[in-house]
Formats: sequence, structure tokens, C-alpha cells
Amino acid sequence: MADHQAVEKQTLPPNPEKATLDGRNKYLGFWFFLGGETVLFGSLFGTYLGLRGGVVDGPGPADLFHLDLVFIMTMILLTSSLTSVFAVINMKRGNYKGLLMWMWATVALGIAFLGFEIYEFYEYYHAGLGFTTSAFASSFYTLVGTHGAHVAFGVAWITVLLIRYRNTGLTLTNAPKFNTAVLYWHFIDVVWVFIFTVVYLLGIGG
Amino acid sequence: MSYAKAQSKNVVWDWLTTVDHKKVGILYLAGGAFFFALGGIEAVLMRIQLMFPDLAIVQAQTFNELLTLHGTTMIFLAAMPLLFGFMNFIIPLQIGARDVAFPFLNALGFWLFFFGGLLLYVSLFTGGAPDAGWTAYVPLSSNSPGQGLDYYVLGLQVSGLGTLIGGINFLVTIINMRAPGMSMMRMPLFTWSSFVASMLILFAFPALTIGLLLLMLERLFGATYFAVDFGGNVIIWQHLFWIFGHPEVYILILPAFGIFSEVIPTFAKKRLFGYSAMVFATLIIGFLGFMVWAHHMFTVGMGPVANAIFAVATMAIAVPTGIKIFNWLLTLWGGRIQFTTANLFALGFLPSFVMGGVTGVMLATSAANYQFHDTYFVVAHFHYVIIGGVVLGIFAAAFYWWPKMFGYRLSETLGKWFFWLFLIGFHMTFFVQHFLGLMGMPRRVASFLPGQGLDAMNFISTLGAFLMSIAFIIFLIAIFASTKNRDNVQDPWDGRTLEWTVPTPVPEYNFAQTPLVRDLDPYWYEKHEGDGKIKAAEPLGEIHMPNATILPVTISAGLIVASFGFIYHILPLIIGGFIITFGAMFVRSVKEDHGYHIPVEDIKRDKEEGK
Repeated sequence: MADHQAVEKQTLPPNPEKATLDGRNKYLGFWFFLGGETVLFGSLFGTYLGLRGGVVDGPGPADLFHLDLVFIMTMILLTSSLTSVFAVINMKRGNYKGLLMWMWATVALGIAFLGFEIYEFYEYYHAGLGFTTSAFASSFYTLVGTHGAHVAFGVAWITVLLIRYRNTGLTLTNAPKFNTAVLYWHFIDVVWVFIFTVVYLLGIGG
Repeated sequence: MSYAKAQSKNVVWDWLTTVDHKKVGILYLAGGAFFFALGGIEAVLMRIQLMFPDLAIVQAQTFNELLTLHGTTMIFLAAMPLLFGFMNFIIPLQIGARDVAFPFLNALGFWLFFFGGLLLYVSLFTGGAPDAGWTAYVPLSSNSPGQGLDYYVLGLQVSGLGTLIGGINFLVTIINMRAPGMSMMRMPLFTWSSFVASMLILFAFPALTIGLLLLMLERLFGATYFAVDFGGNVIIWQHLFWIFGHPEVYILILPAFGIFSEVIPTFAKKRLFGYSAMVFATLIIGFLGFMVWAHHMFTVGMGPVANAIFAVATMAIAVPTGIKIFNWLLTLWGGRIQFTTANLFALGFLPSFVMGGVTGVMLATSAANYQFHDTYFVVAHFHYVIIGGVVLGIFAAAFYWWPKMFGYRLSETLGKWFFWLFLIGFHMTFFVQHFLGLMGMPRRVASFLPGQGLDAMNFISTLGAFLMSIAFIIFLIAIFASTKNRDNVQDPWDGRTLEWTVPTPVPEYNFAQTPLVRDLDPYWYEKHEGDGKIKAAEPLGEIHMPNATILPVTISAGLIVASFGFIYHILPLIIGGFIITFGAMFVRSVKEDHGYHIPVEDIKRDKEEGK
């Protein structure tokens, strides 16, 4: 197995993630999947925008949101996208160690983000915003929670990849896998940018 | 796994683990036909109840459950899977591909659909099926007692996931897997329309996913999106549902349009008139399909401006549809028309569907819509487009592609009996319903009173439903009585497209050598301009195939276990189900499966046996 890998490494084409038909299919299929995810989050955003005024007796957006916390979360997630870009750059250079290292950094930042999000939800809950308190509460937790679930899934996915391929070197099989995982990661980062704007900035300023 | 080992497997295990697009296609057809029969029985029960005024054969609650199951079944579990069956089997053959882009996901899509459908039907045995109509409007659905609506939400969620996966698979297959020379504008119209329908699936189903998610959280976890006293809003459900629901009807009709565009030229012995206009009309219908969802909500109170915009957008769809109708007519014009059963269904479709289109434009007139809304006029309209369009398309496809799929030709005699009885029964059932609706009979009522002028037409309508049932039974008989017609099955209709160039039964690798496509209607081109044989684009070589796997069944089964956990609030089941599902996904991700190769000798041997 080991010498087989060594041969592959030398003959690896410049864009290993798109060198095979399987890799190209994965890449295109994943873009389509993200198109569907866009509608998914679009529906959640629409629901939230329709219901964010429905606070009844519970706390509203302006009572709860603190921009400092959300700013830190945004910075963490944006940085995690950056580290995943470094990972792909290393992949294209054939530096497998660098790929692994930067992907681990992405995972760590993702976990940090999730920690902040759990802390945030915990705070809101103790400020009187239960999941069933009001339509605003339900739609807020659903939108931000779905995003959080996506982050958690991404963390689990990338971790599985990193452990599975910890010492195989870069191959034509795992390059598309890392590539699609990074694509996914960018997507949930972009969704967060919209959450930051539509939920938090609009919640405090609008 | 070696090739020989792959060949010698237990039959049941083989079908459970197959990732062959042709077998998955047949599974879709079988599953869809099963649910089609169930939905048909539900329809006949409803028509029996409405045969005479004041009948009490089924109670009002049962009637509500029947109409909900009928609509849900026919849309999600019958029409779409039946079309998916043909798409699965035919698209790779039409574009000269050995396989779909994601064989594993393809199988997963089928099992998700099938298990989701079964989950919905479990509700019949657990104290009440869903009873809020296939549209499940809140707050009727969010407050519906019992578990029926929970089964609806989770069953559709699981099967919808399967549809979404299937849609992505078709999109990538059509873009990436085409044979050399098969440019986009040389693709057969069935492939084109399936491509656009897959686009619609991709962008419409997530809205349903969210709608169902919200309804599930509302019903099972006390969320308050639709609870007005908590600041909720019931109209959000209607928007989410129809943002999905309107494209959904185009998801159904576009592949049917594609089928007619295959059948009509083949039996008119003429190329399709206005191929590129057909392609662009399909694309425009697909695009406009997303712009018109609120025409289902004219009476909700959106105001005259919104109503007017959606009314105009809706009427605009009549333009590309009209282009298609005229192109089919002009394809027939001057052709040497063969009245085979498949073509009869196509010819019967044209006037039937136009009638449904005309009532569609009437319904789109938002001012008049206040009069039509929720009456039998609407029921008549959508059955004219769905039966007159989609179902006739499915039957045309069945008679057209049956020889290629199953290795025998369906009896033309029985087929013609089937066609005429079905067509007459269909018009008998639904034509009178226009007038019932205009006279004010509301839809979804379990009974009606005598002496209001509704008796005779309801009676006629029920007789028509009986006639359709008899016709369908004749079709079932034809399936079993025609098995001896095993001659002339490779290219029985003088086919135009690549699926008729492969031997019957189709080898698992489809094409021994990837074909070279030199024109639109490549097989006709080679028959008339070449030597009647498709040129090969590559030398004979060993062929790479994916391994069969049980993981799609495992992933789907895990979701069903978790669904039961959600419905009955049993946490261990939820966790256990997700462990099964994500565990199977984990295995799939971690265990590299590189498939196997079919050696050249085996392909050569197949070729000699086939010819």
C-alpha cells in the first residue's frame, strides 16, 4: 500500500480534486446541493423576517443581542474560512501536511464558534427567550440553530476526513472529498454573514 | 469484488443492494405503481361516497383522510416516482452514458422515497391517517389531533429528501456524463425536460423541507410560528408550501412533455418540429414556474396589486405552453402517423391538456378566482392537467419504453381498449366537475344534499371513475398477458434516439463502447445518412462499475426508526435511528469502495450473444 501511494503522489495532476470524472461529478453535484441549501436558508430567513416582530410578552431582538459577542463569532467563522483556503492552497501545492494542519485549524475554529453559540443560546434562554416563548423566539432559534447544526455537521465531517486520511497522503480519492468539505464550509460561512446582517444588525439597528 | 461474484447473487439481495440505474428505475416504477394503485383505490372510495346525495358509506373523518392520502400519494408517491423510474432507466441511455453520476445516491434516493411513503401509510394502522388535505394548511394541520399529521410531516420529509437527491443526480448526470458529440442542443427532449424538472426539484423542495420542519417543530416541540396568539402567522405556511407546490406541478408535467416529444416524432415519422423552441419553452416554463406560487392564494387577502402581478405571471405561462402544443401539432402535420397505443396516449393528451390549460387561464383571472376557489372547478382543472398531462404521459411512456425495459411488447389490442376506456372514463369523471364547481359544490366535502341539481353529475362522475378503474385493470392484465411478445424488442418503433441502439435486455454497462453522436436524433441520422449503426467513440476496453451496497437501505431505515421516535416522543428511538443513519453514512465515507471492472472478454461474449 505504502509504495503504491508513493507512485500516485508523483503522478498526481495539478488539480487533483477535479482530475477524475468522479471528482468533477462530486464538485458539480455539491454546487447544486449548495443551490438547494440556499433556498433552504432563504425560506428560513423569510420565515424569520416575517415573524421577528412577533415577540408577544417575551424579550425582543434589541433586548437580547450583543454585538460584541456576535462580532467575535463572526471573526472566528471568517477566519475559519481563511484557514480552509490555506488548506486548499496547500493541497494544490501537494503539501499534504499543510493541508491537514490548516484543516485541523478550521475544525478548531468551528468548535470555538459552536461553543460561543451554545453560550449565546444559554444566555438568551436565561433572559427569558425559550424556544416556545414567541414566534420570534421559535423562528430565531430555528434559523440560527439550523446554521449551527450545519457547522456541527461540517466539524464532524472534516474531523472524520482528517482522521481517516491522517497518513495516506494526497490521493485522487481524498482530494475531491477535502475540496467539497471546504466548499461546504465556505457556504456556511456565507450564510452566517447574512445571519449577522439580517438577524443581528437589523435586530439592533432596524 | 470480481465480475463473476457480482453476477451470482440472491435475487432479493440483488434488488435491495443494486446501484444499477436501470434496476433503480424499475424499482421506482414498481414502488410508484404500488402507491398509484393505493391512491386510485382512495379516489374510487371517495367517488362511491359521492355517487348519491346523503350517502354514509364512509364517514366525514374517513373522507378527510382519504382525500388527504389520495392527493399526497398521487403527487409525491405515484406520479413523481413513476416519472423518476423512466428518467432513471432512459436518461443515461439517451445521452450515451454507462451510468448515472452518483449510483449510490441514486439508490439512496429510491429507498428514501419508498420508506417515506410506507411511513405515511403506517398511519392508517395507528389510529388515523392525516386529515388536513395534501396542502396541510395551518392551523388545521398544526392543531389536528392524533398522530396522522406527524406521519404526513415525517413521511414527506424522508421521501422529499430522496427526491432532492435524485434531482441532483440527474442534473450532474446530464451535464457531466454525455457521450462525445451529445451537445446540450442535441439532447433528446425527454432528457432536456427532465433536466429542467430536476432544476425545479433542486430549488423547490428545500422550501417544502423547511415548511415540513416548521410544522414538525410546531406539532411536536411546541414552536409557535403558526400560533397567532404567540405572534405567529398562518400565511407563512401557505407561502412556503406553494413556493414548493407550484414548481412541483411543473416537476410533474415537464417530464411528461418530454415523453410526448419523444413519442410524437417517432410515430409521426418526422423530426420534432421546432426543437430549439421546445427547449427554450421548457426553460421558460421552468423559470416562470417559480414566479406564480401565490395564484393559489388569491383569496387569502394579499391585495389587488399582488393578485394582479401573480395573475399576469400565471397567464404568461400559457405562452410557452402554447408554443409546445403548436410544435407537437406541426410535428404531426404531414407526418405518416402510426396509431400505436403510445401515440394514442400522446394524441389524447393534446386536447385533454389544452382543456386543463384553458381552465388554468380562467383560474388565473384573480377576480374570477374568488368564484372558483375551493370548488369542484379547481378539482376538475388540476385533474385535467395532471391526468390529461402527466398520467397520459406515464402511460404513453410505459407503452413506448416497455420493450426496452422489460424485454417484451405490451399487447396493442389490450392497450387500445385501455386507452379508450381510460380516456372516456377520465373525461366522464372530470368534465362534469367543471359544472359542479360553477354551481357551487365545494371541494373536499364528504357529502351533498339532494335536490340541488348536483345529483346527476356526481353520479356520472362516479361512473367515469369506475370506467377508469376498469381501464387500469385492463392495463394490469396487459402487463401479464403480453409476456409472449418477445420478438422485435430492440428497436420496435424505428427509434430515433440512443436508447434503441443498445441490446435488449440492456447489459449492465449499457454501451459496450461509448457511442459517437453525430446529429440530433442520432439513430435516425445513422439509419438515413450512415450504415444504420452508431459509431463508437472509443476502442473496446474493460469497463468500470460500482459495487452493490446495502447502505442506502440502512440509511433510509435509520431515518424511519428516528421518525417513529419523533412521532411517539421516544428519545432512544430517535438517537438509535440517527446512529444507524449517520453510522451508515460514516461507513460510506470511510470505507473506500472503488468498484470493479468488467473484463473485455465478457463484453465481447455479451456482444456475440446479443447479435
